[in-house]
Amino acid sequence: MARFARNYGAGPLHLLSALASFAVAGYAALRIRELGAPGNVAFWFVGVIVAHDLLLLPLYSLVQSVASRLSRAQARPARAGAPPPPGVLLLNHVRVPAMIAGLLFGLFFPAILGRNEGYVDASGLESDVYLGRWLALTAALFVLSGLLYAVRRGRSLAAHTG
Amino acid sequence: MLIRLLEKGFGKRADARRLPVPGPPNRGPFNRDFWRSPLRGPWLASLLSAALLPLLVVTALTGFLSHVAYETELPGNAIGGSDGILAPIYRALDWPAGWAWLYAVNQGVHIVAGFAAAPILLAKLWAVIHKLWERPAVRTLAHLLERISLALLVGGALFVFVTGVFNIQIYYPWKFSFVPSHYWASFIFLGALAFHIALKFPVMRKAFRENGVVAPLRRDLASTAAEASSASESVPTDPAPPTISRRGFVAVVGGTSVGLTVMMAGQSIGGPLRDLAVLAPRGRDYGSGPNDFQINKTASAAGIESTRTGPSWTLELVGTRKEMLTRDELLVMTQATHDLPIACVEGWSTTQSWTGVPLRDLARLAGAREDDILLVESLQESGSFRDAALHPAQISDPRSLLALKVNGADLSLDHGFPARIIVPALPGVHNTKWVASMTFRSA
Repeated sequence: MARFARNYGAGPLHLLSALASFAVAGYAALRIRELGAPGNVAFWFVGVIVAHDLLLLPLYSLVQSVASRLSRAQARPARAGAPPPPGVLLLNHVRVPAMIAGLLFGLFFPAILGRNEGYVDASGLESDVYLGRWLALTAALFVLSGLLYAVRRGRSLAAHTG
Repeated sequence: MLIRLLEKGFGKRADARRLPVPGPPNRGPFNRDFWRSPLRGPWLASLLSAALLPLLVVTALTGFLSHVAYETELPGNAIGGSDGILAPIYRALDWPAGWAWLYAVNQGVHIVAGFAAAPILLAKLWAVIHKLWERPAVRTLAHLLERISLALLVGGALFVFVTGVFNIQIYYPWKFSFVPSHYWASFIFLGALAFHIALKFPVMRKAFRENGVVAPLRRDLASTAAEASSASESVPTDPAPPTISRRGFVAVVGGTSVGLTVMMAGQSIGGPLRDLAVLAPRGRDYGSGPNDFQINKTASAAGIESTRTGPSWTLELVGTRKEMLTRDELLVMTQATHDLPIACVEGWSTTQSWTGVPLRDLARLAGAREDDILLVESLQESGSFRDAALHPAQISDPRSLLALKVNGADLSLDHGFPARIIVPALPGVHNTKWVASMTFRSA
């Protein structure tokens, strides 16, 4: 048993549960193979991993790291020995509404861009309202975030001077 | 042998990386040192998982219940492929007609929980992305299996989410059939998820014991630092200064999740709440007339020609005898009126007041036996859901109707004129529109 653990890297229960979960996946893959276009399912299965882990996440992380570098001046104390910076970063009040608007776009872009051609047949309505709705929602998020920033900033300054 | 080879092969590289490296560390995104947020660590991953898990369980359960509701064992109801080894389970489970709201609630919950989970899932993937680039890439055979399983977990999760989110917007950029692919991929996802939970439950327990469950949420930005974790490989090697507190991060993720909940619940609950479903596909207003409510498939999309729905239309009613009934003949039969929802698999519903002939009266007229099933065919000549089968309990419920009117007015063509099926708790698409024939026969 100890030798098994040494060679395998974990206990036998680990191996058994791994195999059980692979068996479930294997059976599901067999069922998918019986349907039309199983290769296209595999393409999308791998494609969503690549799109998220190798493109989307590194991309928005990169944008954020550039943004935080730009805002670093604000976070740094004005002079040595100055009180720690107030806990309100403009960065967050820009990137949070941007992230939420981005997520909403990611979830609803077929409707926002009118790419969902089947929607007209399904609902009897055009999907031309969604771009305007998303832009209005995005504007509202930024306005709300800006107001919140003003309030938090004001309070933080009052606490520091008072 | 293979294991030794793997260990040797990757072990060497690991030792090399532990030597002090002169110059700046490698900061490319395909190296774990690139991912420097001090927020990443076992506690944050565990908190997000604890929020995610109940939502995933609810989404999965409602998904399987929806499959039960489609009664795939009845002729014509299966959408793609067979149920395989699960067929006996679905044969044994009959979707009840007793609670009219059941399918509306089931699908509302399915879509709401799925959308509520989306931002948490993305946050969770963000919180553990550095693990993708850990070195050595493979330590042992056990570790290799874990990483393969993680590919199934992440691929399965993203696949079911992406296909589901696109499906409710009627957007199909792929070549496969949505329903069976979404359904079977969820098994790949859930199998890998079960293994992942078994592996990571101890990690979660330890993270909560070492940090407290909510204690890290009490710290503001100034006192936010990398997690003190004994599991050093799970925290960043060289944490950057924090730019957001953990409570700020959790508030943003949680707030987005709540916002999406409201938005998607609006198109399910309907009424004034539908106006809150700003971006949801069915947060639309059709007007105030008796036929102004959500349509699932327009008559023109179904290829219904007005010549076939005019005065010449007759219903072919088949049982132990055969009857041909005109719309006027149906209208002089005893009518019943019931408030029933149309509830779509896509998570929207709309409750209206329907008037028509109870299905059980038509069964009696056709001389149907008590355990007969009912096959309903539409005038629609091709395409999915041109026919559907109902089981005996769905036929005998007094509220199950061949509806001729809605809200006191004749059905509009888009809502199924001259006659449509409406059955409590039935998946929307099985409420066949533009009914051409009804056949009672043994199952």
